[in-house]
Amino acid sequence: MGSTAPIAVERPSSDVRPDLPWVTIVWNDPVNLMSYVTYVFQTVFGYSKEKAEKLMMDVHHKGKAVVSSGTREEMERDVQILHSYGLWATLQSDSLS
Amino acid sequence: MSSGFKSRHGGGVIAQFEAAEVSILRSLVTQVLGLVAPGETGDDPLERALGIGSAQQPTDPVLARLFPSAYADETEAGEFRRYTEATLRDGKRADAQTMLDTAHPGRTELTAEQAQAWLRSLNDVRLALGTRLEVTEEVHEEIATMSEDDPRYPAFVTYDWLTYLQDTLVRALW
Repeated sequence: MGSTAPIAVERPSSDVRPDLPWVTIVWNDPVNLMSYVTYVFQTVFGYSKEKAEKLMMDVHHKGKAVVSSGTREEMERDVQILHSYGLWATLQSDSLS
Repeated sequence: MSSGFKSRHGGGVIAQFEAAEVSILRSLVTQVLGLVAPGETGDDPLERALGIGSAQQPTDPVLARLFPSAYADETEAGEFRRYTEATLRDGKRADAQTMLDTAHPGRTELTAEQAQAWLRSLNDVRLALGTRLEVTEEVHEEIATMSEDDPRYPAFVTYDWLTYLQDTLVRALW
């Protein structure tokens, strides 16, 4: 994963709202395999196979699933890693989800 | 046809490929490499050093799928893209290069690290092909009923084979 490690950069501080947790959402798409998506959740987040499979099924059946939560910076890192695996991931403030 | 990947004793994976299969893999990965240009950064040396690139979402549907927007809001998505897309592009190119360097007919043995590069690169190739073919979740049923005379047939069969290959790789790595 070394080649896809996020770069630490200064972000404008005006839109940082530390009081609100952020979430990473993965969206369903017709290409990514169920086995692959489960494997990526296990590999990226260290989730158990059971938890990773449940999240994958949520993505598959409900169209999307919240796969992680934390600070905005943490979620940006998660989204970038998921993009490196080709998953369709976005982040947003938890109050919107 | 290749029976796909299997776990290798002591780590990594192993597969047997026919020359025609390697030729298809190499051709598709090379096409993805051609599409995913090296991370473009500005003229500013500091921006280059930090990997800061364009905020624009790619117009090509394949590139838009390989580099999706991280935020619903366009401005935030653009800002995120500026700081991440060049790094992502370089990562995808490195994965593709690993596949080109290690794919050859006959017995192909991959270390755990090379297998990860193959996994991501096979997925990039499937995303690219799947986007071009506009596949749906019913793609396998569609292929099963598709006439062999259909001009889309060879591409769909190739897509199906890549799906199979990637699935065996995931299971070999589990």
